Amino acid sequence: MTDATFDTSSRSAAPRVRSYWQSVGHRLSYDHVTLLFAGIILLVVLSAVFAPWLTSIDPNKPQMIARLKPIGTAGRWLGTDELGRDMLARLLYGGRVSLAMGLVPVALATLIGGFLGVVAGYAGGFVNTAIMRVMDVFYAFPSVLLAVAVSGMMGGGMLNGLLALTLVFIPPLCRISETATAQVRSLDFVEAARASGAGMGSVIVHHILGNVLGPVFIYASSLISVSVLLAAGLSFLGLGVEPPTPDWGLMLSALRQAIYIDPMLCALPGVAIFITSLSFNMVSDGLRQAMDVRQ
Amino acid sequence: MWLYALRRILYAVPIALGVSIICFGLVFLAPGDPLGSLLPPDASQADIEYLRGVYGFDRPLPVQYFDWLMRVASGDLGNSIQSGRPVLTEISHALMNTVMVSFGAVAIAFSIAFVLGTIAAYHLGTWVDRTVTGLSIAGVSVPNYWFGVVLVIVFAVEFNLLPAMGMGSGGSDNFSIFEWEQLKYAILPITTMSLVPLGVIMRNTRSAVADVLSQDFVQALRAKGLGEWAVARHTIRNALPQVLAVMGLQFGYLVGGSILVETIFNWPGTGFLLGKAILTRDVPVVQGVVLVLAICFVITNLCVDLIQTAVDPRIKRG
Amino acid sequence: MDAQLAMPAAAHFDAPAIPETGGGKAPRGSAAMPPMLVVKNLKKYFPVKGGLLNRKVGNVHAVDDISFTVFKGETLGVVGESGCGKSTLARLLMYLMQPDSGEVAFGGRAVGAKDGLPLRDLRRNLQMVFQDSYSSLNPRLPVEASVAYGPRVHGTSAAKARETARGLLGKVGLRPELFGPRYPHELSGGQKQRVNIARALALAPKMLILDEAVSALDKSVEAQVLNLLRQLKREFDLTYLFISHDLNVVQYISDRVMVMYLGQVVEMGPVDQIYNGPKHPYTAALLKSRLAMDPDDKIVTPPLTGDPPNPINPAPGCRFRSRCQFAEAICEAKAPALGAWANRASHVAACHMADPQSGHTRAGTSAHDALAEEAAR
Repeated sequence: MTDATFDTSSRSAAPRVRSYWQSVGHRLSYDHVTLLFAGIILLVVLSAVFAPWLTSIDPNKPQMIARLKPIGTAGRWLGTDELGRDMLARLLYGGRVSLAMGLVPVALATLIGGFLGVVAGYAGGFVNTAIMRVMDVFYAFPSVLLAVAVSGMMGGGMLNGLLALTLVFIPPLCRISETATAQVRSLDFVEAARASGAGMGSVIVHHILGNVLGPVFIYASSLISVSVLLAAGLSFLGLGVEPPTPDWGLMLSALRQAIYIDPMLCALPGVAIFITSLSFNMVSDGLRQAMDVRQ
Repeated sequence: MWLYALRRILYAVPIALGVSIICFGLVFLAPGDPLGSLLPPDASQADIEYLRGVYGFDRPLPVQYFDWLMRVASGDLGNSIQSGRPVLTEISHALMNTVMVSFGAVAIAFSIAFVLGTIAAYHLGTWVDRTVTGLSIAGVSVPNYWFGVVLVIVFAVEFNLLPAMGMGSGGSDNFSIFEWEQLKYAILPITTMSLVPLGVIMRNTRSAVADVLSQDFVQALRAKGLGEWAVARHTIRNALPQVLAVMGLQFGYLVGGSILVETIFNWPGTGFLLGKAILTRDVPVVQGVVLVLAICFVITNLCVDLIQTAVDPRIKRG
Repeated sequence: MDAQLAMPAAAHFDAPAIPETGGGKAPRGSAAMPPMLVVKNLKKYFPVKGGLLNRKVGNVHAVDDISFTVFKGETLGVVGESGCGKSTLARLLMYLMQPDSGEVAFGGRAVGAKDGLPLRDLRRNLQMVFQDSYSSLNPRLPVEASVAYGPRVHGTSAAKARETARGLLGKVGLRPELFGPRYPHELSGGQKQRVNIARALALAPKMLILDEAVSALDKSVEAQVLNLLRQLKREFDLTYLFISHDLNVVQYISDRVMVMYLGQVVEMGPVDQIYNGPKHPYTAALLKSRLAMDPDDKIVTPPLTGDPPNPINPAPGCRFRSRCQFAEAICEAKAPALGAWANRASHVAACHMADPQSGHTRAGTSAHDALAEEAAR
């Protein structure tokens, strides 16, 4: 009928149509700094996962004769710790614990907090008030304090540490999720979806989630570096894994006694924590910039 | 505006109550009988029964909570299992020490960070800006407990300039910042603690000032013929409330989260007290410290909110 | 009179048709134009909170006791300034908001009532075209997915829904292969609005509510979209409720017009009668304040002065009296009623001047006559 007569632009050649995520990836490909740090993260993760293949030395085997050998010793390239264990091996295996303690709480908190936030944001009214006020109470604790208090009272250990950290991260993620959901919910296209007769579940899944996941994901990625730091901090205080399991925070604490003998050894675990945390921070920053730009 | 202030203060009350509930509930997180963690392991059966009656562990939970709350409100936070002294006394001494270093840390961080952040905002996109941004990211990525150890290595071990730990021979009652012999004990802890606030405030200042600079009224000021320094004064005045708010929050975080730094330096603050108490399972102290620190944080947030409302004319009053 | 509506030519799926009149209600109007939407005493108040404990201190009378009828096949224009309640009315009709009181009947069946029309069925027959804003389409979905969403919700398969969507995109003038996979931010305002229209048509509704559908568009694009709307109305046998603040647009597209002020209907009637002989002073003032194309025809005195009264807890009597040059004591004492209307050709106004028995000095005349009289002096 009158197909093409209205829109002259419809006759022009169509530009390449990119989906949202494709355009994000495209922008990221130009961001060399972020890519560099993403590469570092990959390196850290891979070296932790493939630790048994990277070193044949047992990280838990003490050798009192070879205690506190400095960096550069033949065969023990990064030196040995206060019980004679190989630093390189302990760093590699320690990465497993530290990364797990960094990633798992954030992932869990995103699921739980994100879900609660979407419910609170969509429902509004009493449900919203109830959920958000409870979150406010947890917000009233500084994160370190809450993590230490909860994991300390539960007796320490890796599992309790994970639980404590998850608890610490749920309120901020819930808040972000609720804000985003409430904002999206009031937009016209959500009303249009409801006007089509869609039920609550369909509206949330098809229209709200896609627009909420972005901010939540960015925020969660920025929390990973905090989680790595906090987890190592808990271990530093003795509230993390039990010795002799290697863990960067634990190693830092144990090697403090050795700073008068070989200070450089003590610096090593800290460097590992720093590099990991920094890389996650940079990548999260880069992601935020890539996802933020509207065309 | 007073209406808003009153409402805000009223709002803090249920939060504080919620905080107290969580603190009360901490005891029950401990594995095993809550009573077992309150008493030294060699307590006699009579002691156990007596304490059971006092704490009312045989009574229903809400009653227990209420009793505990009444005691706390009257200032009785129980006695430390380790030292036998009242918890409140121990905390009040320690709190002063923590507030001292936290305040010093935030003051130093603000002084440096505000200047650098403003400079970065004026030179957006240049190497100056990128350096500052990089520094601020580094500041929040460095584990401050590790940084403290590094400082100890450098200043105490290698060069023997500053003491590695403690608060000096005078103890906290005689501490004076005007005497070098005392002050030198505080320098490393303050420096270590200032790392994260430095990063956060620098970043915040940069974005706040950049935001203000991009607004039309700045162009208007320049068009009127105002010199750059005068424009800068106006800009800073507009960006300041937001940055001050962040500073206040950072202060709150430092006071509440000082345990790591204080452990490294054996600085006798609330964090150090908490750390010791956790290791020795001194539950009344743990409860008391967490409660006091959390309430302090609530009050800090409240003050920051109120000051911001008073200073920033854009926020709706009443 | 048809017992069943003819299915629109482009519909690709079978939707159960709603019988014209059920429930035994006698249709108003002429036999050829049965009433499609009947609104009775619709009210929506929004509470205003304040004070220390955020208690309710008053109500905003957003929609205050509105009654009207939309007949099948016509276009009813709704005009009024911002804040008069037009958009609230639209959302109430779509049941995106619950009314505080009143009744809406579609095709003779009361919505939400026990034996009346279920909400889901209302949604299949009454759809809304939103104002083109950045938020009218989901930025994360390609536009054909946005259009296909409605049918999918009602059970159509993905493939069929996409086919329907593409067909509709073609109908509104967008080549489906070209525009279907595009994202909203890649379209111009006019193109987005066409997508909005296609989305509204996806469920093959009988009636469309167009809420400021062309207000955000450039004039040239606006003309194109208006013509498209007229053409679609013929092709799909639709009924329109056209809400706008732009008087010229409403005149162009409407058969009848309803004028709203502060949540109430102040005048209603056929478009020519209203535009040539307005009975309510507000309507007259609105019409006078339109800018004419003739540069010599200047507006010397502002037709409308004063501020609209506070919509919170309005005072009794006529709400327009504070700005009306013909206001008298009777206007403060008694609120004028809209007047009974018999059929589509009726022209009524809520003004004491229009009512011969009101006691107003100019009772029995109209605002138009009164203004003409003033001008002649």
